[in-house]
Amino acid sequence: MPELIKVGMADLKVGRNPDSLISYGLGSCVGIALYDSLTKVGGLAHIMLPDSTQARATDNKAKFADTALPVLLEQVLQLGGVKSRMTAKIAGGSQMFNFAQATDVMRIGDRNAEAVREVLKSLSIRLVAEDVGGNYGRTVELLLDTGVFVIKTVNKGDNRL
Amino acid sequence: MEKDEVLSLSPMQLDALREIGNIGAGNAATALSQIINRKIDMSVPRLNILPLSEVPDVVGGPDTMVAGVYLRVFGPAPSSILFLLPRDSAFALVDMAMGREHGTTEVLNAMDESALMEIGNILAGSFLNALSFFTKMTLLPSLPALAMDMAGAILSVILIQLGQVGDYALVIETEFATEANDVRGHFFLIPDPGSLNVILSTLGVSE
Repeated sequence: MPELIKVGMADLKVGRNPDSLISYGLGSCVGIALYDSLTKVGGLAHIMLPDSTQARATDNKAKFADTALPVLLEQVLQLGGVKSRMTAKIAGGSQMFNFAQATDVMRIGDRNAEAVREVLKSLSIRLVAEDVGGNYGRTVELLLDTGVFVIKTVNKGDNRL
Repeated sequence: MEKDEVLSLSPMQLDALREIGNIGAGNAATALSQIINRKIDMSVPRLNILPLSEVPDVVGGPDTMVAGVYLRVFGPAPSSILFLLPRDSAFALVDMAMGREHGTTEVLNAMDESALMEIGNILAGSFLNALSFFTKMTLLPSLPALAMDMAGAILSVILIQLGQVGDYALVIETEFATEANDVRGHFFLIPDPGSLNVILSTLGVSE
């Protein structure tokens, strides 16, 4: 039986075909899916914040874009992934509430997505698809048999990356 | 590594916070009862210290459909207030506030959204009145903002702010329900990092 592996907020997990990795209810957080299409292994991280150097509590590496991605990559490599084949897909980074006085705090979704793109670039992982922004929540699922990244929303339909 | 400030609260500090929550939520429940002209039962406020990722479970899990009214609190102790209702409760509440028959609303129009935001505004205002009274601080709410979506996505707005300084949230949580049980809601007050100390010291229970 294929297993559905749940990834919580500020959490990361890896798995292999035929399992899938799912994370529910992303808002301003960003879900990052790494996948190797040959060995059919992959990982999913659900990060909350862009940058661990700006934060006081950094014990949980999965919480930040800059610390989560290296850990996620390492774990996917251990499962048999090869970095040159690795592709990334990302989703989330929305702004749930619209305020007239939008501060940096409110724009955290944008900053998360931007940070993830930069960290991927610095790790030389190809970003092949993204579904980010807007003002709505997303549930994301990485299907490890195909590498398809399924994004489910309440009012904006589903998207397959 | 610094310890989460919420993990080192003394029993006396927790009691003081619970009492504030109790009176503030009592005020808010009275206001709600007047808006919809119905008796409201309110649970004794729970003071929970939860890992951030478990906060969405309080309202049924991160993919539960909810309506959320969010307000920022300005003043010496900046905080966030979030009033969360399961979708059906939000519809029922709008029916009551707009004087429609129960079960009429199936999607929110602009007028319904305004009504929900105004209710959130009144609840937050009455809660803050109590908090201001005890702390002698002037605490003012921002305009309300509304979202109808997955609980995890809505809560992420406040959890992210807390995530910068810790891995735990102090959640003062009250459940409201009408007698017929057709409206249930959760009221969250989440002090910004640092604000908790300000509140505790004005209450005279700082370390």
